[in-house]
Amino acid sequence: MQFEYNIEAGNFTKAGDASSNFKKVLKQLNVDPQIIKRIVVSLYEGEVNIVAHSYGGKVICEVNPKKVWIRLIDTGPGIPDIEKAMQAGYSTASPKVREMGFGAGMGLPNMKNNADILNIKSEVGKGTEVEIIVNLN
Amino acid sequence: MEQKHFHHALKIDHDICIGCAHCMMKCPTEAIRIRGGKSILYPNRCVDCGECFKACPVSAIFIDQDDYNQIKNYTHRIALVPSVFFGQFPKEIPHEEIVNAIKANGFTDIYEVETSVELLSEKINAYVKKAEKKPVISSFCPAIVRLIQVKFPSLTENILLLKPPLDTTALYCRKKLVDNHINPAEIGVFYITPCAAKIAAVKSPVGEDFSVITGVINMDTLYNKVYGYIKNNKNQFAEVEWNDQLTEKAFRWMLTNGEAKHIQGRCLAIDEIHNVIRFLERVENDELKDVDYLELRACDQSCTGGVLLTNNRFLTTERMKTTKINTQPDTSAGNINEYRSYLEKRIVLQEVKPRSMLSLDENMEEAMRKLELSSQALSILPLVDCGICGSPSCQAFATDIAQGEAELQQCIFIQKDKEIKGQISPKKSVEIMKKIWGKEKFNPDIEKS
Repeated sequence: MQFEYNIEAGNFTKAGDASSNFKKVLKQLNVDPQIIKRIVVSLYEGEVNIVAHSYGGKVICEVNPKKVWIRLIDTGPGIPDIEKAMQAGYSTASPKVREMGFGAGMGLPNMKNNADILNIKSEVGKGTEVEIIVNLN
Repeated sequence: MEQKHFHHALKIDHDICIGCAHCMMKCPTEAIRIRGGKSILYPNRCVDCGECFKACPVSAIFIDQDDYNQIKNYTHRIALVPSVFFGQFPKEIPHEEIVNAIKANGFTDIYEVETSVELLSEKINAYVKKAEKKPVISSFCPAIVRLIQVKFPSLTENILLLKPPLDTTALYCRKKLVDNHINPAEIGVFYITPCAAKIAAVKSPVGEDFSVITGVINMDTLYNKVYGYIKNNKNQFAEVEWNDQLTEKAFRWMLTNGEAKHIQGRCLAIDEIHNVIRFLERVENDELKDVDYLELRACDQSCTGGVLLTNNRFLTTERMKTTKINTQPDTSAGNINEYRSYLEKRIVLQEVKPRSMLSLDENMEEAMRKLELSSQALSILPLVDCGICGSPSCQAFATDIAQGEAELQQCIFIQKDKEIKGQISPKKSVEIMKKIWGKEKFNPDIEKS
């Protein structure tokens, strides 16, 4: 089954809506609560990244009895140095974003900790595509 | 293994119920449906918060309590009274007089529920300090513990695995009597409850094998007896020996922020079940960083807003906040500190198991099929959440359809559409409505009015 959610850039009020919606789906599908938590934590971090850094994007979530496959696709500035972005504490968030309690530089590392597979493709000036895979068994 | 059935203190009297759906629309876990003109409760979704009890205009929802007279089956009849009971009386009535009136109504010993708070708060602080799962969520409010089990299963690991003050104090006063050579069979411990959830917790405790509490008396029942006694015996107040045992911290523990205020670290206090639900959504997404402790209570104003309280919650809260308390923690012999090591071994709760109500089916492929069905149904529903179909919202109705518990034509919008297309007759349409709302609501004399 596939679910798609649009993510608005800059609107922190709505950051978390896609995660909450997909979380409800996973609960209905009787996915183990602790696995749901891992999926939702990484999805939420990805969602906040799109809100904070991109010009807008979408999340495509696919679920089958074996795994959950999530793609977070945005148009935006892209990530110049993915390796650096993966380091805990490294952040390019603006002071405005930090004031709101985001941008601690834990987003991507936290996603990596919670996902079974995390792939990042990014093109500077164009956008970023993050792929998250979590196994259900 | 998830436990399937739970004791519920909230009951619906179908002889009184008029099927008005007020309760269904208020239930925060969508546990009520209307069928045959009556409210039906889905027991596995109910968390005993009492919202339906407050909403019912005809008092058809009642809270099942133990027979008051059963206290007489015991020689030693202990009333476990929460501080909020005292908070309901006008300030002019001294606590001694209230205690005297409780004794006049059959109890031999009176213990304040919060007697164990000083000891417990120390234990909670130690627990939070070394807890791996943060935020630790208080185990104080049983409606919240159940809410987490059914709606936020991944957060069951965050629940504080220490017994609430009620259970701890019950253990203490029972043990104290037994140590005084009293036959345990002669001891009856009765809890005076401010809400339904506490009853449910006593009757089917979460994270414990059994409860040390013998029975439960609704607070309004005792309040009426006690206040009546005080009113009718104005001039014959017998002096009873009573010293307030509770410190200020203990006396106000059940108020909002009563707990959180005394736990070290970053703590938040949230009351009212809808507020709690919205907040837990965020906790579940891991949106909160560095929060150590959450005090969550199902009732607005916490226990002073309990459904079994007689007086206004704001006035009770104000009274409890302004009552002067000078009691210092009692370290003398014979009090709870003497039982510290006995209690420490017994106040640990077992792991709290999730029992998700949201899962459509245990088998994921079957659950997917049902999710597909409910999404299809939802896409053609009007999304006005009118409740005419007998379900509390279009979303809940769509799920009911997928579960085979409702039919699409119960929706009034779809019904009208089918009628106009000649797919169902007006007679059939009325029959569908009667099945949901009962025959009585269709008055054949309607033309006359």
